[in-house]
Amino acid sequence: MDLGNYASLAHFGPELVLGGGILLLVILDLLMADKRRLGDIALLIAVVALLLIAMEPVTPGAWLFHRMLVFDSFAIFFRALIALAAIVAIWMSIGSEEVLGCDQGEYYAILLASTFAMFLMAESANLLMAYLALEFVSLTSYILTGFLRHNRRSLEAALKYLIYGGVASGTMIYGMSWIFGITGSLDFTVINHALTTPGALPVLAVFISLVLILAGMGYKVASVPFHMWAPDVYQGAPIPITTFLAIGSKAAGFALLTRFFFPALSSLTAAGNWQALKGVDWPELLLFICMITMTLGNLAALQQSNMKRLLAYSSIAQAGYALMGFVVLSNDGIRAMLFYLFAYYVMDAGAFLVVMIVANSTGREDIDAYRGLAWRGGIVPAVALTIFLFSLTGIPLTIGFIGKFYLFAAVIRGRFYLLAIVGVLNSVVSLYYYMRPIKTMFLDTPNGDEGAVTVDFWNYGLMGVLACATIVLGLYWAPVLAFATRSMHFFTGPV
Amino acid sequence: MSGAVGLDHYLVLSLIIFTLGMFTVLTRRNAIGILMGVELILNSANINYLAFAYYGGARYDGQIFAIFVIMLAAAEAVIGLAVVLAIYQNFRTIDVGATENLSG
Repeated sequence: MDLGNYASLAHFGPELVLGGGILLLVILDLLMADKRRLGDIALLIAVVALLLIAMEPVTPGAWLFHRMLVFDSFAIFFRALIALAAIVAIWMSIGSEEVLGCDQGEYYAILLASTFAMFLMAESANLLMAYLALEFVSLTSYILTGFLRHNRRSLEAALKYLIYGGVASGTMIYGMSWIFGITGSLDFTVINHALTTPGALPVLAVFISLVLILAGMGYKVASVPFHMWAPDVYQGAPIPITTFLAIGSKAAGFALLTRFFFPALSSLTAAGNWQALKGVDWPELLLFICMITMTLGNLAALQQSNMKRLLAYSSIAQAGYALMGFVVLSNDGIRAMLFYLFAYYVMDAGAFLVVMIVANSTGREDIDAYRGLAWRGGIVPAVALTIFLFSLTGIPLTIGFIGKFYLFAAVIRGRFYLLAIVGVLNSVVSLYYYMRPIKTMFLDTPNGDEGAVTVDFWNYGLMGVLACATIVLGLYWAPVLAFATRSMHFFTGPV
Repeated sequence: MSGAVGLDHYLVLSLIIFTLGMFTVLTRRNAIGILMGVELILNSANINYLAFAYYGGARYDGQIFAIFVIMLAAAEAVIGLAVVLAIYQNFRTIDVGATENLSG
């Protein structure tokens, strides 16, 4: 179904709510005396957008706005995930000491704009739309990263993000231009048709352009070798923004990557496997990237002493795990990847929340600030962080374990034994650095100069929800799995 | 061989500009110099889009893509220069090597 501009609006509700919300925040910023209420309004807008996504009917799918966007259950999954990420980020911003000093109206308006852009990224069905959405996400992220205008680390992070981002997206559109030249179209479905039609395929040109495109998309998911920005940006940005980049931006990147490499470049066989283009060896390349990403992320995390930086390297490694579901080229793998991205959302948001709580009380982010955390008033955050780190390692009774279980099941069913071995070895290595903060919190005695840790009511609430979700969904994960299974459907439509 | 300019000439030109842009980004230490390298990369892609659209006989997709790239390059330059200005106010330099607080 190819919907025109007016008919598309019926499926564009969440985006319209966000768009209206952005304007509303800008206007209210001028009128309201108590700027701190703006955060609550932004939270309300994000919740309404999430509810609208939840109420969207499961349809076979349709093209919106003359084949620029696509509306299908895959898009619903990622928009729901991104909306949840935005809710967590806004909630954390309301309780963050760092953000209080900033211009509230601009901050929340840009945060919602970034959410809007990520929605578009998850839905794009055209190379031009994909580029515009990706660049929209990037531009808003640069501003949010450098939002602490008098903080040197924040500005340096913004500059690095900007330079890496500019080069990555420039490289990506150069690759896209070659795909445009080879296939004569920017539309994903037409590209697929042109590339899979029997005939002479310029294999080398297609492969090189895919590598160039991977620079832009790989930079969004922070996979090696486009990961260099991640540790610096995650460390320098305000903590709620770090969280948003780690869960929201990465999910949007995975959405675009999957939509481009599967429905646009491969064809689905009856057995539920994806057939890549003959002679174009991107699956092997991505397999290699996936193994290097998780190994490098884990090895670099071993020697970090700053919690934000440690979690940054951990998130690179987690992206590598999620890519395992990507490279096996099967619907099983995609489902495992979706499940894992949801699990990653819950546990990583929780871990960053505890980092923010400690930073609020002590003003520090290094691991020494966690010394004896459990014995100086922070027993609840300490226990919560332990749960999140267990889950990130993949220890049973947590959602992280279930996520890894499905990933490894898909990998072994696809007979990628080397990948499975590398993945298991990586999990073992990661155990070391995930356990180090836990040991510091419980077994080390406080020096006495760290100060007590206090938590306000709302942060307790969010931390409780995320910690409970980590455990409960680790025991009863059927709803998440059903949601992921439902979301594997891509709408491609006729040429 | 005739002297007419064809698709290949444009593609070679864009490849040269892309390489020069990448070289600029990798070798410059001045933040504004790096941003100029990024502009070169974006414009090399523009040449490709226009050349493919003109010689490929496709609809106006290529031209429209190029217009959007030009607009986004302007938007990126605005944010880039704003960040560079803030960096200058805080560090009194825009040498990207001199701002190394984050590493490891």
